Amino acid sequence: MLQERQIMRIHYITGLAALFVVAVHILMRLIVPYHTSLQFSNVIANYHNFSYAVLLESILVLLAIHGFNGLRVILLELRQKSSWENGVTIFTIVAMIAIIAFGTRTIIVANGLGVG
Amino acid sequence: MAGIIEKIPMLRAGSKKDKGSKTSGSVTLRVYRSNSANGNSYRYDTFDVPIQRWTTVLDALLYAKAYEDNSIAIRYSCRMASCGSCGMKINGRPRLACYTNVAELESPVITCQPLTNFSLIRDLVTDFSEFFRHHKSIKPFIINQNADLMTSEEVSEFIQSPRDVDEYLQFSYCIKCGLCYSACPTVATDVRFLGPQALAQAYRYYADTRDNGSREDMKNIDDKHGIWRCHFAGSCSNVCPKGVDPALGIQLLRRHLTSFSKHDKKIAEMKHHGQVT
Repeated sequence: MLQERQIMRIHYITGLAALFVVAVHILMRLIVPYHTSLQFSNVIANYHNFSYAVLLESILVLLAIHGFNGLRVILLELRQKSSWENGVTIFTIVAMIAIIAFGTRTIIVANGLGVG
Repeated sequence: MAGIIEKIPMLRAGSKKDKGSKTSGSVTLRVYRSNSANGNSYRYDTFDVPIQRWTTVLDALLYAKAYEDNSIAIRYSCRMASCGSCGMKINGRPRLACYTNVAELESPVITCQPLTNFSLIRDLVTDFSEFFRHHKSIKPFIINQNADLMTSEEVSEFIQSPRDVDEYLQFSYCIKCGLCYSACPTVATDVRFLGPQALAQAYRYYADTRDNGSREDMKNIDDKHGIWRCHFAGSCSNVCPKGVDPALGIQLLRRHLTSFSKHDKKIAEMKHHGQVT
């Protein structure tokens, strides 16, 4: 089991890293006209670009880890019972894994790597 | 001071009318009255208290207690902001009653309430048991297994440079008055949170070069309800009457715990028989 300091270290690192990759993502959307950027064919083309797919995957993983740990921290403050704390921890870990798995599947399918 | 006096009508009127007299006016003192032994009911009692330029809120309360209602419960001792006994909410803000001049409040009505985040005993007196339990839990003393102060015939010397002292000096001014604990929004929601006072004291001893750092592994600081739950609201530092910055201490200790910075903590240097070991 990770110590709280290790969890928070991951929290800070993922937060900073997410800030960077989301900034890159937004910049990439801004350098092309808005209607062109979000046209279906362009979106699919983006997914077929391996570097861009890696960027999206990293955004997904970083935000999921950072966000669900943030949610865990908020929920821990609501009640101070060990059953509640254990439940919150399990819920956030499961939800985080589920979101990452579903998002990764979407990226893989859109990328055309053969799944689905 | 003259500027403050000018802002308060009754003081200004009093100072003109009673020129040469010691009495400068009066304020209305609203005192929270409740007895936890008799349930949760409470009321506010109002007292007109004569004030002078140097009258503190504690002076006003003691006047009301002496001349109007001797059943008012107040905890106080030194009257000089050293003991930290007379903490209470004055006009909605945690302050020391002995360190708060009535004139500086710039209000004709002064409301005194017990500190929040503490359980109430009676009137303005709150229970500090939990607060001191948190304080004790961080072992607020120097821990150094290498010290031979108790065993050796020749006592060792701990060497500290002025720079070493500066690392923790401001945090050692804490008088444990509980104002920071009362102002902390995290303490209000998380009863197991150690609070700014205990965490700042943890940093105070952590940063002390005479301490060998064993406190670093203490589980209650690096816990779900430990140092990581601080929101950095900063209200603790805002209300401290001694100029301590608990929020800074918490952030510095966090930085060391996450190892984002190398702590330059040195094992206490000891001169033993004239040799540094």
